[in-house]
Amino acid sequence: MNRTSLYGWGRTSPSVANVVTPTTEDDVAAHLTASREVIARGLGRSYGDAAQMSGGVVLDNRELGGIGPIGEDGTVTVGAGVSIDELLATSIPQGWFVPVTPGTRQVSIGGAVAADVHGKNHHVDGSFCTHVTEMRLVTPSGAFTVSPTNDAELFWATAGGMGLTGVVTSVTMKMLRIETDQVLVDTERFNALDGVMSAMASGDANYRYSVAWVDCMTRGAHMGRSILTRGEHAQRDDVEKPALHGPKAARLAVPFNAPSGLLNPLSIRAFNELWFRSAPRHQVGEAQSLSTFFHPLDGVHDWNRLYGRRGFVQYQFCVPDEAGDTIVAAISRLSSSRVPSFLAVLKRFGAATPGPLSFPMPGWTLALDLPVGPKALPGVLDDLDELVLHAGGRIYFAKDARLDPTKVRAMYPRLGDFLAVKARVDPEHHMVSDLALRLQLTGK
Amino acid sequence: MENAFGQPQSVVVLGGSSDIARAIVKKLCAARAHTVVLCGRNQESLNAAASEARKFGATKTDTVLFDAEDPSNATATIADAFEKVGEKVDLVIVAVGLLGDQATYEDDAVLATRMAMVNFTWPVAALAEVRRRLVAQGSGRILVMSSVAAVRVRRNAYLYCATKAGLDRLSQGLADSLEGTGVSLQILRSGPVRSKMTAGLPDAPFSTGVNEVADNVMRGFANGDRVIWNPPLLRYVFAILRHLPAPIWRKVSDR
Repeated sequence: MNRTSLYGWGRTSPSVANVVTPTTEDDVAAHLTASREVIARGLGRSYGDAAQMSGGVVLDNRELGGIGPIGEDGTVTVGAGVSIDELLATSIPQGWFVPVTPGTRQVSIGGAVAADVHGKNHHVDGSFCTHVTEMRLVTPSGAFTVSPTNDAELFWATAGGMGLTGVVTSVTMKMLRIETDQVLVDTERFNALDGVMSAMASGDANYRYSVAWVDCMTRGAHMGRSILTRGEHAQRDDVEKPALHGPKAARLAVPFNAPSGLLNPLSIRAFNELWFRSAPRHQVGEAQSLSTFFHPLDGVHDWNRLYGRRGFVQYQFCVPDEAGDTIVAAISRLSSSRVPSFLAVLKRFGAATPGPLSFPMPGWTLALDLPVGPKALPGVLDDLDELVLHAGGRIYFAKDARLDPTKVRAMYPRLGDFLAVKARVDPEHHMVSDLALRLQLTGK
Repeated sequence: MENAFGQPQSVVVLGGSSDIARAIVKKLCAARAHTVVLCGRNQESLNAAASEARKFGATKTDTVLFDAEDPSNATATIADAFEKVGEKVDLVIVAVGLLGDQATYEDDAVLATRMAMVNFTWPVAALAEVRRRLVAQGSGRILVMSSVAAVRVRRNAYLYCATKAGLDRLSQGLADSLEGTGVSLQILRSGPVRSKMTAGLPDAPFSTGVNEVADNVMRGFANGDRVIWNPPLLRYVFAILRHLPAPIWRKVSDR
């Protein structure tokens, strides 16, 4: 037992828990029966309080390791504590890529399941758990092997269930065949939001990967100016020197907390301007490394320290296709409130999974990084919640650190289904986190 | 649990009918607070504060009666309040205190002791128990109402100023001791506030209304400032005032 102060990637709301590091499934099971309040934690990349339990027990999943052989069809079994970074280091040289990766490689496979993470290919390939064929789950009432065909109810409750059904110890999933470690990228610059949105709506289907960076601080005619990058894995014939190298470690690091005011409206505006101007107006078929394309921020260790002592929140929501104007309304609300926000990420979502708490739904998603500090920020985000709710959309739990709990049930109408499954495997409500308490996801 | 902006869901207020505390509680309830337990000496005014909290969004309120002149009840009072919250306590506001009339207290040992008891000794006893409980809980926030009076003692209210100074210094040490426990303590150093405590007195320089105090506290919660100044400018004003030579300070502080 080791009392440790834990917080999410946004560095807000720390709490202290007893951190234990189980090495076996039996270890995990023993902790789940012995602890009244317990949650698993991976690499701590949830932005808010999803992987902390104040005064309770936090199971560090990092010793639940091991990467099995990758089969002919790409099937591999990995320990839940393995990071996507570690998996790629093994799999890329063999010609396999993870079927879904979020914007960082520094997430554990267990965490990827708990948040049912998505990547730039959601509009084509769906979320992470779509590619999971089976997993081992330790619950307070026993350990189970679950899959989309074997106790599908529990499998899908766990996909996006934020760790509240139990602790995932290993995951079997299908990898994606690649011929090179390069991506062919098309880049386009748009001076306003409607241009990029119509380009995405009409053209994303032609690409496996697509994402737009949106400037949320420019007002007026250029509101929501964007850079759209879309790509495909390069085939052997597409590049000069085809190779299969794993990801490189970060070369830069932020060694200490920056002063809280470093990222202010002025500096962020300047950064956004630079970013926008440095992108090519139109470029086709540029070869980029997998890391550059998928995980640009992984090049800088601890970049969250740039936000200083106060930390930051990430606001990510999705809305159905027909509510595309909510994206416009949200960006206009943000840019007019002059709350500083870093380049936002705009993406299209494809089909949802059956997971009752899985975040993606067919339509649009927008994610913004916002430094804590501006007095107007809490109210502006509450207003955005209303917009999102009204449009039939929802907020992503893995990013959340401030949602009003009274809005959760309307955003996740199948919360009741989730709680019923949770009650079956966790009748005494042992699985709980600060996030679950804050958003009333405990079922108590 | 409190959120990333330091907005709590459950609140205990010691000195629950204080005007400043009520203004803060209103803002907290309008944000995320759903459970509020108010502790004080007058049931009627606690009830009024509780119904106000509900009007602003609290769904569960309760009250605890205690007498701040008797520090031996502090532990039981805190226990009762935490029990009534019934979940993790996100925020404890320490707003116990009386301003008193210096002229009637200064030559009376019994009255002077009473002032020290209410403004300092009872809060010390209460903070010990609050600290113990929150540290065990692994999270939580404490707001201690100090005063700019704690920064430099005025001769026309030296008893009040001294008790606040004691509480302020205790809180600084307590805040440091809490580092790494998941619990934090913030000190509110307010200038003169127009409230029932100062009713009838002429407006002093840098006076603010209770709503302005509450706004600055909300902002201080979000930013995690160790000392919340109200109005914020007083941070700089007192940086100078505290170093004035005593004869000049006497002149300035008499005004």
